Amino acid sequence: MSQTQKVLEVSDLVTQFDTPDGVVHAVNGVSFNLKKGEFLGVVGESGSGKSVTMMSLLRLIPMPPGEIVNGEAVFDDIDLLTLEVDELRNVRGGKIGFIFQDPMTSLNPVLTIGYQIMESLKLHTDTPAKDLEDRAAALIELVGIPDAKQRLKNFPHELSGGMRQRVMIAVALACDPQLLIADEPTTALDVTIQAQIIDIVRDLRDKLGTALIWITHDLGVVAGLVDRVLVMYGGQIVEEAEVNELYAKPQHPYTKGLLGSLPRLDQKGQDLVNIQGQPPSLYTKPSSCSFAPRCEYAYDKCWAENPQLDAISDSHSVACWWDMDNERPRYG
Amino acid sequence: MDERAAEVDVTSNGANSEVLVSVSDIKKHFPITKGLFGRQVGAVRAVDGVSFDIYRGETLGLVGESGSGKSTTGRVILQLDEATEGTVSFENRDLTEMSGSEVRQLRPRMQMVFQNPHASLNPRMTVGTIIGEPLVEHRQSKGDERQARIDELLSLVGLEPKHANRYPHEFSGGQRQRIGIARAIALNPDFIVCDEPIAALDVSIQAQVVNLLEDLQNVLGLTYLFISHDLSMVRHIADRVAVMYLGKIMELADVDDLYNTPKHPYTQALLSAVPVPDPEVEATRRHIILEGDIPSPANPPPGCPFNTRCPIAQDRCHQEVPEFRELASGQWVACHFAE
Repeated sequence: MSQTQKVLEVSDLVTQFDTPDGVVHAVNGVSFNLKKGEFLGVVGESGSGKSVTMMSLLRLIPMPPGEIVNGEAVFDDIDLLTLEVDELRNVRGGKIGFIFQDPMTSLNPVLTIGYQIMESLKLHTDTPAKDLEDRAAALIELVGIPDAKQRLKNFPHELSGGMRQRVMIAVALACDPQLLIADEPTTALDVTIQAQIIDIVRDLRDKLGTALIWITHDLGVVAGLVDRVLVMYGGQIVEEAEVNELYAKPQHPYTKGLLGSLPRLDQKGQDLVNIQGQPPSLYTKPSSCSFAPRCEYAYDKCWAENPQLDAISDSHSVACWWDMDNERPRYG
Repeated sequence: MDERAAEVDVTSNGANSEVLVSVSDIKKHFPITKGLFGRQVGAVRAVDGVSFDIYRGETLGLVGESGSGKSTTGRVILQLDEATEGTVSFENRDLTEMSGSEVRQLRPRMQMVFQNPHASLNPRMTVGTIIGEPLVEHRQSKGDERQARIDELLSLVGLEPKHANRYPHEFSGGQRQRIGIARAIALNPDFIVCDEPIAALDVSIQAQVVNLLEDLQNVLGLTYLFISHDLSMVRHIADRVAVMYLGKIMELADVDDLYNTPKHPYTQALLSAVPVPDPEVEATRRHIILEGDIPSPANPPPGCPFNTRCPIAQDRCHQEVPEFRELASGQWVACHFAE
């Protein structure tokens, strides 16, 4: 029996930024993969490296100061990180669609939205010129914007934030991508509008079968949306698990603390866990566990050696020296 | 809301409670002007007839989406913005009738914690000076006594006395918010308006700040108006909750009643839209997806402000502004059809 086909396989990605204050170690050896049609959530706080990881894949980080020091990212049998820029351009917006947080700055304000969708179709597909408008209108309809033909003539400023984000999704979907990367796509939106966008994305899964990476700081947003979750901290993946398992049985003290610090709409009276201290400084390359200074379980090994992501079951991996379930060191 | 809402005791369930702040039918309209002479051509109805009481020692949560007027309501209560209409009383004294200097005398007793701890602290002042400034302004304590008070305040908010000599940029977002809180409690206030105090902070830091606010409330007997768009956090911290939409209050109730049995269709949709961090719960939850966007407060629809998105709207909703009525004990709703 053949294995489930992988769309993307990233191994040991290291990205740094050379700043006047020193080298920022933004991504420190990240490896993960994505199956065909799979929805993956990437959760982390600001500075955890979640956006830089995904933007490194398409070399969307400013270089310099940014530099991809190490790693491999195999997409569709090609390594994105060594690909010529000309060829990479065919991947960006073609086979991989990107949706950014702020739809106002990622749409061109002086072009109609119809033009911007058709531009993508012209560049990446061989749609005949006479069909471009119909195809653009169909995409707009797909993301739930009524009156599609009329809307194509609108400029971005004529639309609300939620509408603009839908247009961004339409642009990203224009070329039938195999993978859609969404970087905090609903963070700038109100909660009722966020619900609309999540509803559309869920719907797209049934219609298109695209794989999705959804980057967020909100553990709530991805809970009902994705199949698997990566938790990032200090530029590393600290835990990876199937979605139900991650929320039910978190194995990393950071994930556990994060879930405990979240108030829940459906519960009253729970105490919020205080994760003491601050997120780590990224100016030094981690030589020990970067969560150790904030961790209630930290012991001498955590200060000496940086734990690597290791599988504890088929559907669950964690980078931690402490076995919380058995209350003892994880190895030996 | 109409005049009747202003006259009734909005929360008749609180039997033993003393009203600290009473807001009665306040409106705040920002003029839209045009042309050389600034002719007024319209108004943004940021707050359009809001009434509620805040009891001593409680936390009233004020929730709503962007543009609902919740922050403006907070600013009008503290007289940072002048109300276009309506009254705000603090211990039965009408603030809107007072002169500037009279309000200033009451200022030590009502304070504010701002959303953005990066913008609300002067970068050229040390933390000690920032926290001590209200003491200087209101001539409370001097010299060593003042320094001792600053040290005490720093330790109350979980910082150390040695931090007094540092500048805001040396602190993280969460620590800066602690400094903002220390400044707010410096004069021993009774009442604090917390305007989105955690919105700019990382998730793991939000709980730290909310726990601090709760501890301080217990120790100092504070009363909070907690303004937020984070409905999960409001459920955690608030005793009662008011839901705003387009400058009006849609529903006001005890926190458990509001979250367990929301009566207004907007509250129902709003709550159902908030994701719960639990995939098993999410798998079975019903999400009400509202159509369209919030209308502009410069051009609100006639009748019920929610009628453009309401799943149960009828003709009546497009003509008549619904009365703010008490549907169940202590649960107030502005909807013709809620039951």
